[in-house]
Amino acid sequence: MGETLLELKDLSVRYTTDGVISRAVNHVNLKLDKGEILGLVGETGAGKTTTALSLLKLLPKYTSEVDGEILFEGKDINKMDDKEIRNIRGSKISMIFQDPMTSLNPVFRVGEQIADVIKIHNEGISLHEVEDRVDNILTMVGIPPSRKREYPHQFSGGMKQRIMIAIAIACNPDLLLADEPTTALDVTIQAQVIKMMRNLQKELKSSVILITHDLGIVANFCDKVAIMYAGEIIEYGTLEELFDKSKPHHPYTEGLFGSIPNIQEKTSRLKPIFGLTPNPAELPEGCHFHPRCEKCMEVCKSGEVPTYRNGDYRCQCHLFAGKEAAV
Amino acid sequence: MSETPLLETIHLKKYFDTPAGPLHAVDDVNIKLYKGKTLGVVGESGCGKSTLGRTVLKLLESTDGQIIYNGEDITFKKKKEMLPLRRQMQIIFQDPFSSLDPKMTVADIIEEPLKIHKLFKTKEERQARVVELMSLVGLDERYVNTYPHELDGGRRQRIGVARALALNPEFIVCDEPVSALDVSIQAQILNLMMDLKDQLGLTYIFITHDLSVVKHISDDIMVLYLGKMAEMAPSDMLFDNPLHPYTKALLTAIPIPDISYKGKEAEVMKGEVTSPINPPPGCRFAARCPFAKEECRSVTPEFREVEPNHFVACHIVK
Repeated sequence: MGETLLELKDLSVRYTTDGVISRAVNHVNLKLDKGEILGLVGETGAGKTTTALSLLKLLPKYTSEVDGEILFEGKDINKMDDKEIRNIRGSKISMIFQDPMTSLNPVFRVGEQIADVIKIHNEGISLHEVEDRVDNILTMVGIPPSRKREYPHQFSGGMKQRIMIAIAIACNPDLLLADEPTTALDVTIQAQVIKMMRNLQKELKSSVILITHDLGIVANFCDKVAIMYAGEIIEYGTLEELFDKSKPHHPYTEGLFGSIPNIQEKTSRLKPIFGLTPNPAELPEGCHFHPRCEKCMEVCKSGEVPTYRNGDYRCQCHLFAGKEAAV
Repeated sequence: MSETPLLETIHLKKYFDTPAGPLHAVDDVNIKLYKGKTLGVVGESGCGKSTLGRTVLKLLESTDGQIIYNGEDITFKKKKEMLPLRRQMQIIFQDPFSSLDPKMTVADIIEEPLKIHKLFKTKEERQARVVELMSLVGLDERYVNTYPHELDGGRRQRIGVARALALNPEFIVCDEPVSALDVSIQAQILNLMMDLKDQLGLTYIFITHDLSVVKHISDDIMVLYLGKMAEMAPSDMLFDNPLHPYTKALLTAIPIPDISYKGKEAEVMKGEVTSPINPPPGCRFAARCPFAKEECRSVTPEFREVEPNHFVACHIVK
């Protein structure tokens, strides 16, 4: 196993709005090795983006509260002051945001937006060098450097997302947080961007946390997979472990797979998960998934849910009770 | 088939005027849709699929061609003349977040078409119908007096469905009804739409960018590229034997949730959708097509039947 780059220990995030407390992320434990690609999968409101933003201390200051440790290269990000975190943002950890249409500044040329990151993190760098690096990075993401003097509106959606990626990788980060990088794109363009990201990852050897709801992209891109539901990681393992249909999985994971229309098979009906994701301000007692779970038992409705472990694989579900001996 | 199609379009065209020239949003589209069938319309953003949906409903004025509904030519019908037909043709919009009036309650939204078409005499009758519709689409009665912003995407889309069904239509254009929803909710809505179709004998045009969704719901599938029909075939045939290079590219671009495909580099199509403004002659896909020949860049390929019920517009396909 490689070196640990990032470790989340008992991370919880709460938002308070008008006195209502929303528990967006609950007791998340996660480890990421150098060069590893982790897929963080879940539906809207599962806490995926909140987890990613907490790694960069980008959560709103006065309405959110972060507990637990975020150890990045052994240092706790949660305890860092503004200056320390600023040195990490963009240079060691950077983020690709979901929507390329609204994340770029419309009044600056794209080349300037990439150059900004380089200038901030490399004091005393000459303008010539900056220009060279911008050209280099643009070539890496497949945009001709001659287009760096254009504005974001002159690019198509796929091209804008490439520029977002260029900004994110401009300082060769150790950890790249990609928040649904291809959700806003058409399938053929999505395939181009995913292919490019895979090649870049091989070249730069960065670790990646890919946030997505698309299990198809995960199967194509990731080494490890964490399934999130109601702010908890309910199942975690290698790609092979999670996509192994012969093994039992968390009922939510099975529901997710059942909900995807598969073009490989002809099924007359999908098997959806009934009900809705819970409101993080009123999480159900016991297992947060129990009101929607088909295999719900009496024991699921209250109390702590045990975690079944097997090596690095873990699954948080009562159905796995008795198998814990395999720790 | 001797039966008259419920909806037929003949050489339907819709151009938009732009400062740079005419934008060919829908260019020569022929549809024959029979009662009780579902036609899936697939394509990437900007291929004209939503414009097509709106043009056949006459929410947009067509530029050229004919629209025939139930044997009657409705191409030049005026707004007033369309009103009785609106009861039979409805649309479900893509975005449940912006297509519902935020100042109306759920009951008001579903009731509105009933009022406009004066289907019931008393308010009580209308309200009974609203409740009936809500249970039909699986919305709990207690939401009658809530506003759209209080509900999540899945429930909002159910309101959109209930509203479209309020007048007992026979034909519904579904414009990406599930693309704004989460996967687990998407599956719920898709199942609901299929149940309603069987229950009420509906006919759908189902517009989407997601091939795996249309495969699930359609009888026939039409692939559009920059306003032109690229391929049309019964659902199974299209997936088993796609002929047009664009259809093939679309199919291979879908990430499959199965790890046995990992590492197998799917062929990634180069380039992006070209501009539909003043398109040059020839095949619209030629610029991105890996097999393009000289002929493809100069002669517009004819949309022809290559095997029974399987139509394709491509010079390469023999």
